[in-house]
Amino acid sequence: MDWTWFHKFGSPPHVYRLAGLLTPWFAWPAALLILGALYGGLVLAPPDYQQGDGFRIIYVHAPSAWLAVMIYAVMATAAGVGLIWRMKVAHAVAASCAGVGAWFTVVSLLTGMLWGKPMWGTYWVWDPRLTAQLILFFLYLGYMGLRASIDDTSRADRASAVLALVGVVNLPIIRYSVEWWNSIHQAPSVMKMDRPSMPFDMLAPLLAMLLGFTLYFGAVLLIRLRAEILRRERNASWIREELT
Amino acid sequence: MSDFFSMGGYAMFLWPAYAVTLLAIVINVYTARRDLQQARAEARRRLVAGRPSTADASDSALRVQS
Amino acid sequence: MSAPGVFRVAAWVVQRDLRLATRRPSQVLQPLAFFAVVTLLFPLGYTPELAKLRAIAPGVLWVAALLASMLALESLFREDAEDGTLEQFVVSGQPLTLLLFAKTATHWLMTGLPLTLMAPLVGGALGVPFAALGGILSALVLGTISLSLIGAVGAGLTLASRRGGVLLSLLTLPLAVPVLIFGARATELAIAGDSLTGPLYLLGAVAVLGVTLAPLAAAAAVRIGLE
Repeated sequence: MDWTWFHKFGSPPHVYRLAGLLTPWFAWPAALLILGALYGGLVLAPPDYQQGDGFRIIYVHAPSAWLAVMIYAVMATAAGVGLIWRMKVAHAVAASCAGVGAWFTVVSLLTGMLWGKPMWGTYWVWDPRLTAQLILFFLYLGYMGLRASIDDTSRADRASAVLALVGVVNLPIIRYSVEWWNSIHQAPSVMKMDRPSMPFDMLAPLLAMLLGFTLYFGAVLLIRLRAEILRRERNASWIREELT
Repeated sequence: MSDFFSMGGYAMFLWPAYAVTLLAIVINVYTARRDLQQARAEARRRLVAGRPSTADASDSALRVQS
Repeated sequence: MSAPGVFRVAAWVVQRDLRLATRRPSQVLQPLAFFAVVTLLFPLGYTPELAKLRAIAPGVLWVAALLASMLALESLFREDAEDGTLEQFVVSGQPLTLLLFAKTATHWLMTGLPLTLMAPLVGGALGVPFAALGGILSALVLGTISLSLIGAVGAGLTLASRRGGVLLSLLTLPLAVPVLIFGARATELAIAGDSLTGPLYLLGAVAVLGVTLAPLAAAAAVRIGLE
């Protein structure tokens, strides 16, 4: 089998150029999908029979929560690839993920709270999903803290990669334990996602949002990755060709 | 129209949720693009200053000290 | 001369660390004193009524145990890294994973185990009934093993960083959440006089997973930290 395509991903100038080319292919569909889903979610979708218009928070809450978890998975995968194949570009990807992931974890927490207030009557409930998300936020903080506290880039890369992998092994256990803990201490919550079935005009905007947010993350990641590569490769000769 | 903005009485919760999300979306794009521009400007400055090899040497000297 | 077997070497590491600990007993005693002081602050800060204290005893015991074992982590690898011992471990040709596992086991012998043994005293002060002590002790034994292992990974990772302390807690505390949840639940059930096999099995599962994976991660972390 021909592995050149794989090795090309280890080459910073190649990835730098490729990321630049790909960015609009993520950014524009993301913008269109998110705008379309906004219209679909806020205008076209009918109010929910129980939650009225309040349910529309799902169109920003669910995609943020999805991004928070997905970005951690991307980060850990990139960290693992970087650690195993000693691929500098993969480490740069992992480094570019953490900040965005932490942001969307906060957004999912805040939107969850804003949804909780009218539904549960209080902003914060020790709901398993909110709790697990809060712990995820601390995992992101730890990752960024460790990275920031090590001066040497290569060591920072590998140490934080080990942490990301430990975290990804631990995340399912944390999620399970939090759900288990909640099932003992709390009556089942009012807000249930697993209702029989969402009508299509409610579901379609949600799916569009999920895809749109994913593509949006792709675009942001590509831009951040290029900045990260430039910073790391600042003494490489290919930068001269690239910038002049 | 005002029906739309009142969101069946949920406006107080719904619009802040959308605003927070929008803020995160905008800020992340903004900081990513700013970072890239700064990294580009920095790289250009190094090119103009020339002799990246000496910059290399001083870099590693600093690293040994620290 | 034939090379000593790996388990001999691991036993030496345990012996060495225990001997070092006897030379500096304050390092061992401080986390224990911390555990006692933290738990005894609750009657003062909350209420002296044993019935009320009994209700929060599981949380108090486990949070205090978590913090106390965290406190002892700083010294787990830091000194050995500074005086070159860890470097000798790496170049010794012996499996670093096993050597670090031995060090972690010793750490548990000096913090986790005494913490567990102190639990009857501290628990008694929080109104825990005598009959619950057996269950609480077994939960603490399993839980503190996991805490030491998670902590070893964190201590290894912070070797490369300029500052340990707060960062170490930030790294390890979120990872310790399952241990806290299962442990506190087991304690709660023990106090209520119910069967606690469920959470005990879960604590055991976490400990087994920790024993298999944590030394590997710690070894990777220490290698990076020593460069």
